[in-house]
Amino acid sequence: MTPPALHLSGIARIGGMRIFGPLTLEAPAGRWTCLLGPSGVGKSTALRLLAGLGDEVAFEGGAQAADGLPLTDRVALMAQSDLLMPWLDVLGNVTLGARLRGQRADEARAREVLARVGLTEHAEKKPHALSGGQRQRAALARTLMEDRPVVLLDEPFSALDARTRARMQDLAAELLEGRTVLHVTHDAAEAARLGHRILLMTDAGLQDVTPPEAAPPRPYDAPETLSFQGRLLRLLMETQ
Amino acid sequence: MTRALRITGVAVLAVLLWQALVTFTGLPRFILPGPLLVAETLWTSRALIAEHALVTSAEVLAGLGIGAVLGFGSAILLAASPLARTVLRPMLVFSQAVPVFALAPILTLWLGYGLWSKIAMALLIIYFPVTSAFFDALMRTPGDWLGLARVMGAGPSRVMWRIRVPAALPGFASGLRLAAVYAPIGAIIGEWVGASKGLGYLMLLANGRAKIDLMFAALIVLAVLTLALHAAVDAGCRRLLAARES
Repeated sequence: MTPPALHLSGIARIGGMRIFGPLTLEAPAGRWTCLLGPSGVGKSTALRLLAGLGDEVAFEGGAQAADGLPLTDRVALMAQSDLLMPWLDVLGNVTLGARLRGQRADEARAREVLARVGLTEHAEKKPHALSGGQRQRAALARTLMEDRPVVLLDEPFSALDARTRARMQDLAAELLEGRTVLHVTHDAAEAARLGHRILLMTDAGLQDVTPPEAAPPRPYDAPETLSFQGRLLRLLMETQ
Repeated sequence: MTRALRITGVAVLAVLLWQALVTFTGLPRFILPGPLLVAETLWTSRALIAEHALVTSAEVLAGLGIGAVLGFGSAILLAASPLARTVLRPMLVFSQAVPVFALAPILTLWLGYGLWSKIAMALLIIYFPVTSAFFDALMRTPGDWLGLARVMGAGPSRVMWRIRVPAALPGFASGLRLAAVYAPIGAIIGEWVGASKGLGYLMLLANGRAKIDLMFAALIVLAVLTLALHAAVDAGCRRLLAARES
């Protein structure tokens, strides 16, 4: 499946209150788009609409793939909370999707994916026996196992410590390459490292900010990354 | 170990208080028999008490087992189907407004004097706590888990069996723990209303013949059985949940 571009435009309201919009959001095919903005600006709502989850949202507009085909079965989701089932071991969690669809779980592939995220030795452990970083890696493995062309990330690294976060960013950038990624974050440093495209979302609407030339994941200590991070933060502070 | 010691300590203290009450109030033995007399009766009438205790135990266990299965099934049905919720939930709540004790004579009329009217009483008394504890837990599945399952393309029945039920098992366990304490109450009330066997029947019989020591002995056996049942159910639930998580 070639990854499609994502397109969302409209006004979203919850219980009569405007959450965002009118705005138009485009995430180019096969690229990593960061949706950066302060809390409460409706970033996650936009992501949920694309995932087909916004039941609570009254949405006037459309959230779909740019190729016109439905996004169902083409999307994988990774959130801030790892959403691992505490009663399943890592392998069980990684293969959960297959079993939820009534398919046979491909254990060999699951172990391959676990090896790629560095969890080979933890395959038989339950989530509570893992560290925060390992749990997020298990969640990433589950996302990879789904093998969907579109990946929606909702602040997946924001609960991790700085070192673990930087490692997870590198790993995710490497493993999700070539897919259409929409990454919701409130962290300017993260957006500066990861985005091919960076959309700044504020109450005023969306603003496209051109990132440095270097391909993501950009080194966290490179002067261009740092100055761009500063610029993003400045924009975040100035736009209301 | 310390816990066992503490429990033994409390039991010894209770017996001493009981003896003190008998000694200092000078109550006659047909009103309040002392612990020694009750212990003696417990020993001399052990065959009689055991025979009746066995019947009550069978009633309680059958009521608990059937009630747990029915409660499990009902909670899943209610959680799975909005229609069932609309139709059945008001009925369930209304049924709780009828004191279960008041139903005992009717159950005896319908099911006779044998085991089944007592099993039905035990079942009725535990059905609601089991159903409602499990149902509440089923309705509290974290929304994010359900969202993830939906994005993964899961159908409602697989979401129920693979996510909602395992996530709600602790709720089912707390319902079962309550049920272990309630079920004997149901069986005893059933026996009071009409029976020819069981600890409840034995207590009424002893009361009628002013054998208060035998009544107390039966009461103590009943209490011990209830505690043992609760401890067994609790241990079973703990093991189940631990096996699920570790």
